[in-house]
Amino acid sequence: MTSNTLSNFPTTNTSGMTSSGKEIFLNKEKRNGTKEKDKEKESSTSSNDVQGYVGFANLPNQVYRKAVKRGFDFTLMVVGESGLGKSTLINSMFLTDIYSNEYPGPSHRVKKTIEVETTKVLLKENGVNLSLTIVDTPGFGDAVDNSNCWQPVINYIESKYQEYLNAESMVHRGTIEDSRIQCCLYFIAPSGHGLKTLDIEFMKRIHDKVNIIPLIAKADTMTSEECALFKRTILNEIAQNKIKIYEFPDCDDEEEKKSHKLMKARVPFAVVGSNTLIEVNGKKVRGRKYPWGIVEVENLEHCDFIALRNMLIRTHMQDLKDVTNNVHYENYRCLKLAGVGADGISSAIPNKNPLSQLEEEKKDHELKMEKMEKEMEQVFEVKVREKMQKLKDSEKDLQCRHEQMIKTLQQQKNEIEEKRKQFEKDKAAFENSNGDTAIHKIHVDSNSKEHLEYKEKKKEKKKGLF
Amino acid sequence: MADTLAETTHWGNLKTEVAGYVGIDTLQEQIRKKVLKRGFEFNIMVVGRSGLGKSTLINTLFKANVSLRSCSKSEEKVEIPKTTHVKSVSHVIEEKGVRLRLTVTDTPGFGDQINNDNCWLPVLDYINEQYENYLSEEQSVTRKKHIPDTRIHCCLYFISPTGHSLSPLDIEFMRRLDRCVNIVPVIAKADTLTIEERVGFKQRIKQDLANNGIRTYPMKELEEDPEETVTNNKIRELLPFAVVGSNQQYPNNGRTVYGRKTQWGLVEVENRSHCEFSDLRDMLIRTHMQDLVEVTRSVHYENFRQDRLASRRGRTQFNGQVIDMDSMNESSL
Repeated sequence: MTSNTLSNFPTTNTSGMTSSGKEIFLNKEKRNGTKEKDKEKESSTSSNDVQGYVGFANLPNQVYRKAVKRGFDFTLMVVGESGLGKSTLINSMFLTDIYSNEYPGPSHRVKKTIEVETTKVLLKENGVNLSLTIVDTPGFGDAVDNSNCWQPVINYIESKYQEYLNAESMVHRGTIEDSRIQCCLYFIAPSGHGLKTLDIEFMKRIHDKVNIIPLIAKADTMTSEECALFKRTILNEIAQNKIKIYEFPDCDDEEEKKSHKLMKARVPFAVVGSNTLIEVNGKKVRGRKYPWGIVEVENLEHCDFIALRNMLIRTHMQDLKDVTNNVHYENYRCLKLAGVGADGISSAIPNKNPLSQLEEEKKDHELKMEKMEKEMEQVFEVKVREKMQKLKDSEKDLQCRHEQMIKTLQQQKNEIEEKRKQFEKDKAAFENSNGDTAIHKIHVDSNSKEHLEYKEKKKEKKKGLF
Repeated sequence: MADTLAETTHWGNLKTEVAGYVGIDTLQEQIRKKVLKRGFEFNIMVVGRSGLGKSTLINTLFKANVSLRSCSKSEEKVEIPKTTHVKSVSHVIEEKGVRLRLTVTDTPGFGDQINNDNCWLPVLDYINEQYENYLSEEQSVTRKKHIPDTRIHCCLYFISPTGHSLSPLDIEFMRRLDRCVNIVPVIAKADTLTIEERVGFKQRIKQDLANNGIRTYPMKELEEDPEETVTNNKIRELLPFAVVGSNQQYPNNGRTVYGRKTQWGLVEVENRSHCEFSDLRDMLIRTHMQDLVEVTRSVHYENFRQDRLASRRGRTQFNGQVIDMDSMNESSL
C-alpha cells in the first residue's frame, strides 16, 4: 500500500525529485511523528509489509488532493519604468501570452497618471489549476516629476490587506479570497552604475509591506563583467540603505542545497524576456536575434531567467505566500488594530477604563460650563454697552432740546424787550408832543368816569343777580 | 560650383571669361595654410541620464580619453549629483598636421532625480552664457583678433532604449533647446534592441519629434543646394542614430575591432550592420563638422544676438534716450 501511495505522489514543491527521493521524504516525516509508532512504521516500509499500518502516511496525499481541487492562487506585482520588458518577462515566465497583440501590455497604451491594473489568468498544468493575478503599474517613474509615484502602489497593497482583514473579521466568513500581493518584482534599469534615487526610495517604502525581488531588466545590454559589477553595486547599495529584500530560504535537502546556493548567489537576477521563438540548432527556443548573435532566454550562461523562474515558481511560491501571510500581513494587522496610522503616528487612543472615562466626562462638562459662562458674560457686556449708549444718546438729545428751548425763550424775551423799548419810546415821544398836565387830568377824569361807570355796572350787575 | 553661385547670387551677371592662367585657384591653398596654423575648434555637449554610455561614446568617437569621466582624477565611483551640473574639459588632438581643440561638455545629474522639473535650466543657462560671452567680446571696443569660441556647436542627446517612444523628459528638453543649439538625438546602448525593434522605435521617435515641432540637425530650411539636400535627407532617414560605444578592442577575423564581447557574440562598433556608430561619426566629424560650426554661428548665435540687442534697445528707448547700439561698448551698459 505504501508503494502504491508513493507512485501516486506527484511532484508538489521541489522539481526533479526521483522516486527514491520520495521515499526518503516520507521516511523523514514518519521519523518526526510519535516514537511509539516509529518502529512499526520503519519496519513496515523497509520490508514493504502491510502489517501494523495505521495510514496517516496518507495525510500529505489528502492535503494534496484537497489543494488541487481548490486550485492554487498567486498574486504577483511588477513594478518598473516603462520599456524595461515587464510584460515580455511575464509572458516568458508563464510560457503564455498574458499580454498579446490583442491585449497589449500597459506600456503600449497611453497613460497619463500612474494606475494600478490587474490581469487575471487561469493556468493549467498536469491537472493543477493556478489562478494567477498580475498587478501592473503603468506610468511608474515615467513622468518628469516622479515624487510620490509610489503612493498609488502603497495604497493598493494596503487596500488589499484591509480587504483581507475585513473578510477575516466578519462574523460569517466563508472562503476568504486572497488577493494580497505575494511578491513584487522590481525592475532595475541596466545603467551599469547603481540604483537610482527613485529605486532606493521606492524600495525603502515597500520592503516592510511586501516581498521585494529586485531584477535587472534587459540584461543583454551588459557583458558578464559589467553585469557582475552592477550586481555587486546594487547589493551594496541595498545593504547600505537597509532595504530588506526577500531572502530565499535554504532548502533542507542535501542534493538541492548546492544548486540552490548557486541560484541564490545570482540575486539580483539579471533577466531577459522574449515573446518570439527562434530556431537554434534545430530547436525552437525563446530568444532575441541580433546581427551578432542570439540571446537564449533559457540559457543560464546568457541570463538568470531560469534561476528566477525556478526560485519563484518551482521552489518558493508557497514560501512567498507564507511570508506574506505570516510576516507582512501580520505587521499590517498589528499596526491597524493598535490604532496606528500608515505613517506610524498614533491616532486618538480610546481609553476603556470607566473611572477615567468619568473623569473625562467631568472635564468635558466643566469645559462646557466654562464656555457657556464666557459666552453669557460676553452677551451681557454687549447688552450693557448698548444700553449705556442709548442713555447717552437720549441725554444728548435732551440737552439739545433744552438748549433750543432756552434759545427760543431768550429770543422771545429779546423780542419783547425790543417791543417794550419801542413802546416806551413811542410813549415818551407822544407825551413830549402833547404836554404833561393834560395827561394827568385825562388820567384823573378818566379814572373817575371809569370808576363811576364801573360802579353803575356793578349795581346793575348786582340787580341782575337778584 | 559656379552654377550654384550663379543661381543663388547675382554673381552670374558678372561672369567674365579669363584668357590664360591667373592663379586664383591658389586661394584654396592660402586659406588652407592659414586655417591649419590657427587650428580648429569644436565644442560638443552630451546630455542624457546617467548610465547611457555618454562618456564611452565620446571616447570612442575621438578614439581618445576625452570624456569628463576619464579626466577626473578623483574617486573611482563618481557620485550622481543632486542637481544638473555642467562641466567642460578641453583637449587638443592632432591628426596629419591638423589640430583640433575639442571641448567636451558633460551634464552629470541630468534627469537622475525623482523630480526632474527644470533640470534643463542649467544646460540652457550654460549655452546662453557662452553666447553672452562671445557677444560681449564681439562688442568690446578693443577686441581680439581671434575670439575664442566657446559656443556649443553640437548637442548630442541620448535617448534611453526603451523601445517604446520618447519619454516626457526627452520631449521637454528638446522642445526648449532646439532653438538655441544643434540637437542630434542618439539612441544609446543600441545593442539592447533587435533590428525590428530598432526600426519601430525610430519611427515612433520621428513621429514624436514631428508632433512636437522639434527641429533637429540637419535642418531643412538651411539647405542651399540639391547635393546638400540629398546627403541631409539620407542623414534624416537614419536619425536618431542607434549607437554602441566601446573602448575595448577584441580580435575578430584577424583584425582587432572595437566592440563589446558577450556570451552570445561580439558587437562590433564600426560594423554598419550592427549599429550606426560609423554613420554618426562620419556625419559629426568627417562631413558636417564645419557645417555644425557654421550653423551655430550664423543661425543660433544670430538669433540670440538679435533677441538680446532688441530687448536692450527696447529698454534704452523706454528710458527716454535713444542710444546708437553700434557704437556702444558692452561695459558701459
